[in-house]
This record gives sequence, structure tokens and C-alpha cells, in this order.
Amino acid sequence: MKKLLILGAGTAGTMMLNKLNNALDKNEWQITIVDQHETHYYQPGFLFIPFGIYKRKDVIKPKRDFFPTEANVIVSEIEKIEPKENRVILKNNKVLSYDVLIIATGAQIKPEETEGLKGELWHKNVFDFYTIEGACALADFFKHWEGGKLVLNITEMPIKCPVAPLEFVFLADSYFTERGMRDKVEIHLVTPLPGAFTKPRASSILGDFLDKKNIKLTTDFSIARVDNESKKIISWDEREVAFDVLVTIPTNMGDAVIARSGMGDELNFVPTDKQTLRSQDYENVFVIGDATNLPSSKAGSVAHFQADVLFENVLSFIEGRKPQEKFDGHANCFIESGFGKGILIDFNYETEPLPGKFPLPGVGPFSLLEETKMNHYGKVMFRWMYWNFLLKGTELPIESQMSMAGKRL
Amino acid sequence: MAAKEYAGKTVELDADGNLVNQADWSEDIAKSLAQEEGINGLTERHWVVLNYMRKEFQTKGDAPSIRKLTKESGVDTKELYGLFPGGPAKKAARIAGLPKPKGCI
Repeated sequence: MKKLLILGAGTAGTMMLNKLNNALDKNEWQITIVDQHETHYYQPGFLFIPFGIYKRKDVIKPKRDFFPTEANVIVSEIEKIEPKENRVILKNNKVLSYDVLIIATGAQIKPEETEGLKGELWHKNVFDFYTIEGACALADFFKHWEGGKLVLNITEMPIKCPVAPLEFVFLADSYFTERGMRDKVEIHLVTPLPGAFTKPRASSILGDFLDKKNIKLTTDFSIARVDNESKKIISWDEREVAFDVLVTIPTNMGDAVIARSGMGDELNFVPTDKQTLRSQDYENVFVIGDATNLPSSKAGSVAHFQADVLFENVLSFIEGRKPQEKFDGHANCFIESGFGKGILIDFNYETEPLPGKFPLPGVGPFSLLEETKMNHYGKVMFRWMYWNFLLKGTELPIESQMSMAGKRL
Repeated sequence: MAAKEYAGKTVELDADGNLVNQADWSEDIAKSLAQEEGINGLTERHWVVLNYMRKEFQTKGDAPSIRKLTKESGVDTKELYGLFPGGPAKKAARIAGLPKPKGCI
């Protein structure tokens, strides 16, 4: 019996389990998945919690609901991966050997990486919304807040869902307007990037939205520390921004098990082939989702497009064929822009987000780089698709590779 | 693509203003590029960073991030910002004759 082992049962790991479980011969292959948590979080939903749009119950389900009934599931922390010995050591010293390994251990926020960030104001006036605890604490804070300086700060790139900070400030504008107190709230986005977003055309269009919504933008700001006493963030070149409430996107890092195993870069992300998704160092190790060091977005949509490619490549590897170089960095992100509208972007390694219609050229129903109600419905509907189709590995009617059809240059 | 003269030599620049051909690079060109970035005179500490970056690029094929610079070059983040005000990784890569580090999105 040969063994295929998946580490991590988040979005990427769960999709791979379902796809491979349907395809591999059960008499030949045993598939095992390991994760330390029993709850699956719909991470894109965290964004809505601070504004009371979603509650905790809307973004959690038991992981077991998404596993095939016959799957071999181990709930445990992972101590170490030993890729040269083709084995993984669990917390209780249990040893799992493998023929093929898929690493899907994701990325987490590390506020400890910035001086003073996890200080006395943590979850009092300083909040994250990338954890369920942070998002819920911020929701409680906003309910009773009477206004002041709201600063959203990105610590350093890369981060999970690079559009989430923009969505946050757009939704904050909408939320405080609807509560009749927008004039009492100054919203300020402070980013280490040279603009509102990483890619030039989207950056300029999204920058215009910030202007229109009266959101202040400070660029090229790399945070060095938080002064808890004077409520300021201070950059490495000694610029200061004062806040009454700081919403932070802390440094994002790959799982500590990657560092313990000596398999990661300086942020614990695993060096991965851009096109095949195979580990750069071990031929029977594949990496998917946020755990990779790829220059693509760390997002569920990307993990989904990667899963289609990785599924083919794992089958090729098992049958002794060469993995295909098919992953193009495709990402597709709905950006909530407040007041029941949204913006959609679709891009890959080579092509930056462009205006146009999606997925049907000229028809849509979604509009690229434009603010429409339909784009918002797309985002809302996505949660249902995620729970019911995406995690179960069902094919969706969107190609893994980006298409230029419908895009305007 | 644009061509520009630095230290008496005409070199090709990419869209970010970085050298297209690494072979064009010399210490004199580095000094002129530094000047253009508002850095007058490269000190020994600047060279620790620039040499580390060039070595890293030769072995890895990508210019290192600030985090990697801090961890491995022996120059901490605070000093990096002092040496290359504004954007250490981006500016040092340009002065070292390397392409802009791959922005992660």
C-alpha cells in the first residue's frame, strides 16, 4: 500500500483530499490528512465581522463535514517534516511515512514580529481581523466607539488576501456613514506599498476610490514599532501616525513546523516551483496555497486554481510522468466597496488586473475594476459556493488559467 | 526601455530605472546611481549591503527582501533605512545593478 499524506486541512488541503480521494485507487493508495484544529474557518468572512454583517456562526463549520467518509483523518500538531527520510513526526512522536507529501499548512499572522504591536493596547485599541478572536473583539469595540482616528496599517508584504485592507476601509466608510457618524471618524490607510495596491492600473483606479470615499492614504510607510502610551505607529525612518484605534495586518508567516523542519525561507514559506507547484528541493513533495513562496496572491481563489493544476501533477508524478508547468498565478478577487457594491479583479503572474467583463466577454455579469451591485452579489454568493462546492473539490465553471477574453488593454 | 549615461558609460534601463544588463555595472556606476537616489558617497556599510545583495542575486536569481537583508547581511533594519532612506531593498538593488526585488502580492 502506498501512502499519500496531506499536511493541513484548510481550504487547499481539503480540496486536494477530496479531489484525490475520488481519483486514486483505494486498493493501491492510502490517503491521510493531518490538522491540529477541528473547526474550518471561512477566512474571507472575517472581514465582515467587525461591521456586524457576519457573526462567528456564519464563518465556522466542523472540518469533518468536508472530508470524505472513508478519509483517514488525524487531529494533531505536527512536530517536524523529515523530507530526506520521507516521513513526518507528530506531536506525540508518532511517525507517518509517505510516498507523496502535500504541504498545505497555510500562513498565520505574527504580531510578535513588530515591537509594541502585541502590547498593552492589544485587543483594546489595537486589533487584527485575520483571526476570529481579533475580528470579534473589533466588532465589540466598534459597537460603542464614538469616533476618532481609525488607522489601518499593513506591516509588510506578502499578506493573505492583499485586497482585504482596502475592503476594510471601504466597509468602514460605509458602516460609519450608515450609523450617521462618518464625520466623526477619520479613516487612514497606511501601507508600505508605493500605492493603494501592488499592480499599477488597479492601484490607480483603487486609489481614486479612496479619494472619492474621503479615505486618507499614506504610502511607503514601513512600521518599526507601536508606541502604546502615545498611541502612535512609527516607521523605520521615524515618521509618526497617531491613532485612536489601530487595525493592523501583522506580518504573515508560514507555519512554525516549516521552520522546525528547515524547509522554509525567511518567512517560513516553502520554496516552490512557480508553474508545477512541486517543492524546489524534493521531488515527491508538493506545496499548495498560502504555504508556498510563490509571487501569487495568498487567497482561496488562488488555492482553488492551484488545486486543479496540482491534482493533475500529483497524478502525473504517481504514474511516472513529468509534472506539467501549468499554474499561471491566476487570482480572482471580489473587493467589497461598501454600500452594497463591489469591484472585481482577475489577474495572473504576467497580466495585471484590467477593466472589462467577466466571465463572459462583453456580457459579464460581473464588471472588472468597476463598482457594481452585481459584483457585491458575486461576493455574497461565493460563501455558499465555498461551503457547498469549492471545498468538496467540485469543478467550478471558471478556468484555472486566466483568460484575456473580455479584458480591455 | 531607456538609455542613460552614468559615469561616462551609456547603459540601458528597464521600466523601473534599473540596469537591464548586469554586465554594465561598475563601482563608478553604483556611485552615480546612488547619487541619483540622494545618497552622496557610498560608505563601507553601504558596500556591506551592496556586496551581500550582489552575491545573493548571483546564487538565488532574485534580490533579497528587507527581512532577508536584516537577517543575513549583518546590517539591521534601522541602519538599512539610515543608509538607503525611503526603501532600502528597492534602492540598494538599483544601486547594486540588480532588477527590482519581486514585489509579493
